[in-house]
Amino acid sequence: MDPIFLVEAAINGILLGGVLALLALGLNLIFGVLDIVWIAYVDLVMLCMYAIYFFNVAFGWPIWAAGLVSLAAGTILGVAVHLLIISPILTSAPINQLLATGGLLFFLQSAATFLWTTDHKTVRLSLPSYEIAGIFLPATRIIPFAISILAVIALYFFLTRTYIGTAIRAVSQDRDAMSLMGASPQRIYIVTSAVGGLMAGLAGALLIFQYSVHPFFGGQFGPLTFMICVLGGLGNMVGAFIASFIMSEIIAIGGVVISTEMGYVIAFVIFIVMMFVRPGGILAKRE
Amino acid sequence: MSRSRLLAGALLALLLAAPFVPMGGMRQYVLHVAIQIFIWSFIGQAWSLMGRFGLVSLGHGAFLGVGAYTTTLLWNFYSLTPWIGTLLAVGAAVAIAAVLGIPCFRFRVIGHYFALVTLAVGEVIRLLIVAERDWTGGSLGLTLKTAGSDWSVYAIQFADKRVFYYGSLAFFLAGLWIWDRVDRSMARSALEAIGEDETAAASVGIHVTRFKLGITVVSAALTAVGGVLYAQYISYVNPDTLAGIGVSLKIVFAVVLGGMYSLMGPLVGTALTTALSEGLRIAFGLKFLGMAETIYGLLLIIFIIFLPSGIYGSIRYTLRRRTVGPVGVRS
Repeated sequence: MDPIFLVEAAINGILLGGVLALLALGLNLIFGVLDIVWIAYVDLVMLCMYAIYFFNVAFGWPIWAAGLVSLAAGTILGVAVHLLIISPILTSAPINQLLATGGLLFFLQSAATFLWTTDHKTVRLSLPSYEIAGIFLPATRIIPFAISILAVIALYFFLTRTYIGTAIRAVSQDRDAMSLMGASPQRIYIVTSAVGGLMAGLAGALLIFQYSVHPFFGGQFGPLTFMICVLGGLGNMVGAFIASFIMSEIIAIGGVVISTEMGYVIAFVIFIVMMFVRPGGILAKRE
Repeated sequence: MSRSRLLAGALLALLLAAPFVPMGGMRQYVLHVAIQIFIWSFIGQAWSLMGRFGLVSLGHGAFLGVGAYTTTLLWNFYSLTPWIGTLLAVGAAVAIAAVLGIPCFRFRVIGHYFALVTLAVGEVIRLLIVAERDWTGGSLGLTLKTAGSDWSVYAIQFADKRVFYYGSLAFFLAGLWIWDRVDRSMARSALEAIGEDETAAASVGIHVTRFKLGITVVSAALTAVGGVLYAQYISYVNPDTLAGIGVSLKIVFAVVLGGMYSLMGPLVGTALTTALSEGLRIAFGLKFLGMAETIYGLLLIIFIIFLPSGIYGSIRYTLRRRTVGPVGVRS
């Protein structure tokens, strides 16, 4: 095989990794603070993508305005999921929490099928493609990558430099100690869910550049996103960031060398094996 | 006790006689719904053997898919009778359960992590089926090669739905029996102790890995049998309906809805979800595609929030409390 294809695949992997990182960090932020995996996280992204589609294509809004709608939709959805579903079961068994968000996944997928049918909906953007040394770099991939890296940096500063960000990190380190200090975790939970939802909205706005949206979009990226979070260490933001690129490279290169499905199979098998040898994530110290 | 035995006997007699009740044109349809309920309840029982002890698997689709595809591929390509195929299918499912289970339980992969590892396994099996599209037909699925006659015991293909009705009823009853055996065994106490606290269980001399592996293997084997049964009945296999995250969640949800801590929970849950989807399908036709699942998903969230021990579990709990005073939810 021409090595240029491998180089191209590797570059595409990095570009995909940026957007995956956004998804994984959003989910991981929520996990770190609430200790709950939102199985339906990528289905929220799917709803945001539909929002962009409808505002851009059906109502004729410019794409940036539709993108802002997506951000708002994501934030509202994040808070709504927390208040309606997570908040009542915050103290029940972890498995019930997992299943409740699983129910949400089912609900969102079927509601989307019911409302908007299973047709793939695409937002058409005419953006240029650049060719550098025989490798094609479409702007539809470069722009989302650049924006997600900026968003990740913004998230980093939010978590480390602001008061509320510090509080979020404090809760994820020790929930009980935080309440002992007189802080209310409830407010932190809502802010975290809102930020997580905002990330979902942004990821939706960026994914619509490259993918068409359909009710089962969550199935395409959902399992991958949880696996990235676990691989990076649930709650570990830096780990999740690195794991996004590892997984996206495996999928991109495996996809070119063997086949798309086998790329995913290899990524998932590596995930399973990593769970045994390093259950705390790639950055965890071995016990 | 004798009164409930009598009631159970009467119900069983009713179930056995059901296919002979004259129902005119409705018979095929009623039987079809009943068979679906029995098969999926059987699979749900298999899942709840693990689920009730906190071993929540989101990847039972893997075992289902391995079961269904093993017999179907062996029959289609080598004309191997599904009787032997089932043994191989169970063997394959047990092998996967062991390869997955031993490291999982050794390295204490529990709770969320166990659920996510099993989810990955389910997806791996689905993707492998899709990737090997030269034999498996990929995501288009695969139709069972016909045996050439309406009645073939060798190929387990029968045009008469009554055969499958009795067959799936028998498997369903066998599933109940196994569930009951586990419920009355020492293993139950051991597994409950493990579910509560592994370290504490190990400290009183319970062999944690062995018990967990045992129940996982039983559950996987039964699920594979369920997969074979379903494939033989429908005579069509598809990776989306028999493997992967979708079907795995479907199994879990039906059981949770009915109640995973009680014997009849999987049946109640499966019957309800089947009735709901069939009812909505008849009422609205294909016009409202996805409507049934939407209501179903919503019910599920509501149930997990308000009735975590399921419909049947909660009813039983309330009845018991009224008659014999307070008891634990699980008894």
